[in-house]
Amino acid sequence: MWQFFHKLGSPKWFYGIATRLMPWLLVVGAALLLAGVVWGLAFAPKDYLQGNSYRIIFIHVPTAFLAQSVYIMMAVAAVVTLVWRMKLADVFVKAVAPVGLVLTFLALFTGAVWGKPTWGTWWIWDARLTSMLILLFLYGGVIALDRAINDEKSAARAVSVLVLVGVVNIPIIKYSVEWWNTLHQPATFKLTEKPSMPAEMWVPLLLSVLGLYFIFGWLACLRMQTEIIFREQRTRWVKDLVMAGRP
Amino acid sequence: MHPIRKKRLTIVLFLLAGIGVAVALTTYALRQNINLFYDPSQIAAGEAPRDVRIRAGGMVEEGSVIRDPDSLKVEFRVTDFNSSVPVEYTGILPDLFAEGQGVVAMGKLDGQGRFVADQVLAKHDENYMPPEVADALEKASKAQPKAGETAQSPSY
Repeated sequence: MWQFFHKLGSPKWFYGIATRLMPWLLVVGAALLLAGVVWGLAFAPKDYLQGNSYRIIFIHVPTAFLAQSVYIMMAVAAVVTLVWRMKLADVFVKAVAPVGLVLTFLALFTGAVWGKPTWGTWWIWDARLTSMLILLFLYGGVIALDRAINDEKSAARAVSVLVLVGVVNIPIIKYSVEWWNTLHQPATFKLTEKPSMPAEMWVPLLLSVLGLYFIFGWLACLRMQTEIIFREQRTRWVKDLVMAGRP
Repeated sequence: MHPIRKKRLTIVLFLLAGIGVAVALTTYALRQNINLFYDPSQIAAGEAPRDVRIRAGGMVEEGSVIRDPDSLKVEFRVTDFNSSVPVEYTGILPDLFAEGQGVVAMGKLDGQGRFVADQVLAKHDENYMPPEVADALEKASKAQPKAGETAQSPSY
């Protein structure tokens, strides 16, 4: 069993798998995301209270959802890096941190655009918005720390510890709307209950969330491949690969 | 598992538990500062400081909104269905402001327990529905309870 685990950690093996997986991730992701967003923005019924302005939910929720998911994935990879010293886990953290940063920024931005017409303000220092801003800074910190340390191995360990320290923020973001008084409304999707919107609203929302997951998978593979080629540039298989790509 | 890895995993778990406990204690100690607003019960119980800028939040009580015909002055009561606080505000209200809707007002409590607001924000909940469904639900709640059950059943 452990041998399979180590095979999974081999950059060369992953490179091959990723190449085969990526077209599927892109096609399925683009189809789901496009279907969800078009359905949500153009065909879903409008809300009785907010009218059409609620439609930004079809972009806001997927980005906010992914921003947190990506951080959890990074935390799992950080544990793997610290305990098993697996190279690929570190490659993953390094490759997806900027993606998470962009997703968090988009979630904050779309939230602000949504907040202005509905709440009456772009920004308020409530627990949900503030903890999400902290997530943005955590992503920024992870990227900066990684760039600041030249040695690959010490960078990997330092970044892993930072990612793990930051993971406490995730439950705070999730439950902020329940633990404290906030201006932000509670979650529409809950694991244990039916979503608090009709099917013609939550189905497109679910499609866009799933679609964004696939797109993220594709992006992660693409960025990991680039990072692997850079790190393994002196190995035989990378040289062969690069030479084979030439006309 | 290899003993060294086991040791590392233990350290990681201790690290996580330690940070978790530290953050939980900190946020628990600061809970009053993290809460965005005081609800009417807290204000009625005297938990909110006077003459300091605070936020008050709750529902706009049905039938309590009085608009001054000559200015932008509005008076209404904010309730949490236990206690309510009178609020006075001069300015433009957000579009979602309505009786029965949530609001968060920023301002000061004066000597008579009135809340003088300089900013009013609307708060909405996590329930979204098409206008037709909202209408149907409202009709159903006004009709007799038996008719209400049938009106609520369509498609979802």
